[in-house]
Amino acid sequence: MTTETTMPTRRNFIGGAGKTLSLAGLAMISGGCSYAAAPNSASATSQDVEILNAAIALEHEGIAAYQIAATSGLLQPAVVDIGVTFQGHHKGHRDALIKAVEQLGGTPVEEQSQDHYIDALDIASLKNQEDVLRLALKLERGAANAYLGLIPSLGNDFHQVAAQMAGDEAFHAAILGNALGEPIPKTPLMFG
Amino acid sequence: MKTTTGIAFALIAIVTTIGGLLLANSHPSMQNALHVPGNAEKTDPSIKSSALSVTLAATSDQAAIGEKLYQMKCGACHSLDKNRIGPRHRNIVGKQAGTVTGFKYSNALKRLKAQWTDENLDAWLENPGKFAPGTSMGFRVKKANERKAIIAYLKSVSK
Ligand code: HEC
Repeated sequence: MTTETTMPTRRNFIGGAGKTLSLAGLAMISGGCSYAAAPNSASATSQDVEILNAAIALEHEGIAAYQIAATSGLLQPAVVDIGVTFQGHHKGHRDALIKAVEQLGGTPVEEQSQDHYIDALDIASLKNQEDVLRLALKLERGAANAYLGLIPSLGNDFHQVAAQMAGDEAFHAAILGNALGEPIPKTPLMFG
Repeated sequence: MKTTTGIAFALIAIVTTIGGLLLANSHPSMQNALHVPGNAEKTDPSIKSSALSVTLAATSDQAAIGEKLYQMKCGACHSLDKNRIGPRHRNIVGKQAGTVTGFKYSNALKRLKAQWTDENLDAWLENPGKFAPGTSMGFRVKKANERKAIIAYLKSVSK
């Protein structure tokens, strides 16, 4: 699968990633997002709260997955560093979503126990670093698609932030796919 | 003349800096860490494809396409056997909506009186909030042929 000739470039890309990513994550979080109280009907607002809460649940799961992976002993230290950076982005997403739900007058969903995530993600079946990266890729790719697919159901106020989150997840998926030696997709519109 | 030389020097300086950064960043431990060599036993394509052809023979092409779409589009929130962001999906076709045990549904889905038939699933996937106003699933599948394949897959994993 892996063609050796493309490796140096890949390594350089990935090698640089750890450093620049945390900056992007910081900008995302400290830039903050503020939502004006939407002039929507009560039902549209509660619909947004429900959907945003499902997104919070998704971020909780992602944060837990990176946590479990980082402490699994299956990953090399440099991979742990990258995972922790990605986890930081997911925490930023979670915080922005929690803020949005609160501003809409809703109650953000709480995270579940670590045991729940270990079971739900079938963590016991992961035997090595590659297994962990494949799970991370599946979740990140799915999350990019999930955000894009729920945009039309959300109120206008949240379209941009959902797209921003999809962008972050797609970025993570690209790095992970690259690390796993997956070929670059040939056709455009690869998410959504 | 002078400015041109100045610019040229500046350019060389920039290029050297970038080159240096790239070198610094491609630290060997990082390279090795992220290069995941294909584990010969686990990723041997012949093993995978033979396993896949068995599944393909057992189910329709539609369901096989649907399975891929399901992984890509539903996999962030659902799986067949575990409640995650959304409820588990094995045996969902034919089931009463909102009745998977152990999953915390929205009021909208708890109250919904519907059975997951082909038609209802199609309407749901096209626009969940229209089918069950107030639901927490916002994800839509715009293309009818994709919905069809996904439903065929869900059927193939229901008794
Ligand atoms: C962003 C997360 C998310 C994505 C992506 C998603 N779902 Fe859902 N799904 C949910 C949630 C949350 C519920 C529960 C809805 C409620 O309680 O109102 C749900 C409920 C359902 C139900 C009803 C189940 C029942 O027990 O009545 C079906 C069917 C379903 N989803 C199918 C799909 C399919 C097929 C896809 C992919 C095309 C998909 N979902 C993508 C979050 C998601």
